[in-house]
Amino acid sequence: MTRAFIAILKRDLALASRAGGGGELALVFFLTLVVLVPFALGPDLNLLSRIGPAILWLGALLSVLIGLDRLFQSDEEDGSLDLIRASALPLELAVLAKGLAHWLTTGLPLALITPLLGLLVALPGEGVLPLVATLLVGTPALSFIGAGGAALAASLRRGGLIVPVLVAPLTVPVLIFGVSAANAALGGTVPFLTPFLILCAISLAAIVVGTVAAAAALRQAD
Amino acid sequence: MTPGSFSPTRLLAENLACRRGGRLIFERLSFSLASGEAIALTGRNGAGKSSLIAMLCGRLRPDGGSILLEGAGDEPALAENSHLVGHRDGLKTALTAGENLAFAQAVLGDAALAPAEALAVVGLAHAAELPVGYLSAGQRRRVALARLLVSRRPYWLLDEPMSALDTASQAMLAGLMRDHLAQGGAILAATHGPLGLDGARELRIGP
Repeated sequence: MTRAFIAILKRDLALASRAGGGGELALVFFLTLVVLVPFALGPDLNLLSRIGPAILWLGALLSVLIGLDRLFQSDEEDGSLDLIRASALPLELAVLAKGLAHWLTTGLPLALITPLLGLLVALPGEGVLPLVATLLVGTPALSFIGAGGAALAASLRRGGLIVPVLVAPLTVPVLIFGVSAANAALGGTVPFLTPFLILCAISLAAIVVGTVAAAAALRQAD
Repeated sequence: MTPGSFSPTRLLAENLACRRGGRLIFERLSFSLASGEAIALTGRNGAGKSSLIAMLCGRLRPDGGSILLEGAGDEPALAENSHLVGHRDGLKTALTAGENLAFAQAVLGDAALAPAEALAVVGLAHAAELPVGYLSAGQRRRVALARLLVSRRPYWLLDEPMSALDTASQAMLAGLMRDHLAQGGAILAATHGPLGLDGARELRIGP
């Protein structure tokens, strides 16, 4: 059972790293968005550094959403999902492996390049590490909430549009607490830990609920 | 029971009905498939052959009737005792043939032949390191069929297994199926042509 779990995880990581795997898409989109925003806002450094955390969080959220519809759809289309269904591995664990692989190839790299992009939005030095921390603990929630939506759309031929519509409203709490924790680190009335711990709780809950929901959706497919 | 043979089980399908998109495809379909037996599933295009196979592997819920696996332990689930080779070949084009088979082996369990050995049996030893995307339709089908060999499962559910195969490969597949039956396995294959199995019963869906 552990072997099947690791096999799914390793395969998804391998697929994401090969050409056309979609692993780079989120990163390039994130980069593009964050690079373009300062040009759109104009040369107001104060404004930029005030809304910097929000821009980075918004960029990360959209980047995670952008390739999400393929999470189960590609497996459904080529029959790999039938293979996974035929395994003794419970579908929940298969979803967990796929969600984990998705986070490792999108959320984690996004969080890791944020210090670099922080320069572009004039993020104050003391805000960099807290922002990375919020992205590290917040993006798993995005991957797993997204997995639920992606699983629902798995068997739909043109399900690509429906996934962001389904998932975006559910990611609002993640966005709110992620940005407020990142802002709290830059000063304010609320200590950093208060919103940060709520963000951690949302993430943990999303991993469980998203996994179970996605597995249920995949069982109902067709 | 000789080592290498499957313990005797029996698949029992009773009064199966299938409805797709509100349209009745077939109903009152009953059959049994015991160890060592083969069924050639025939019927015109759209008669529901693929739907029946999807039901048997648990991907589609029957609209009526029941599917039972007798003698396969406490929780007999056909999906976990069967191999499926269908139109969607379950191969990732970006991965090599060897990687695809290694993945299938890890996911399906009950390891039998190593991926390289299975590829040699289907005559694709040279393609182990090639991404599946570079292979022809017939070669891809053979990689998918090699999956039958990397992990041991008693029931083979094959959806038009002979399609895209050349004559030599068809004979190779017929040989694999005969070996599987001799070991006490069971085969259900949807087909339009001859399977090359002498003892196969014909199950016809629809008129």
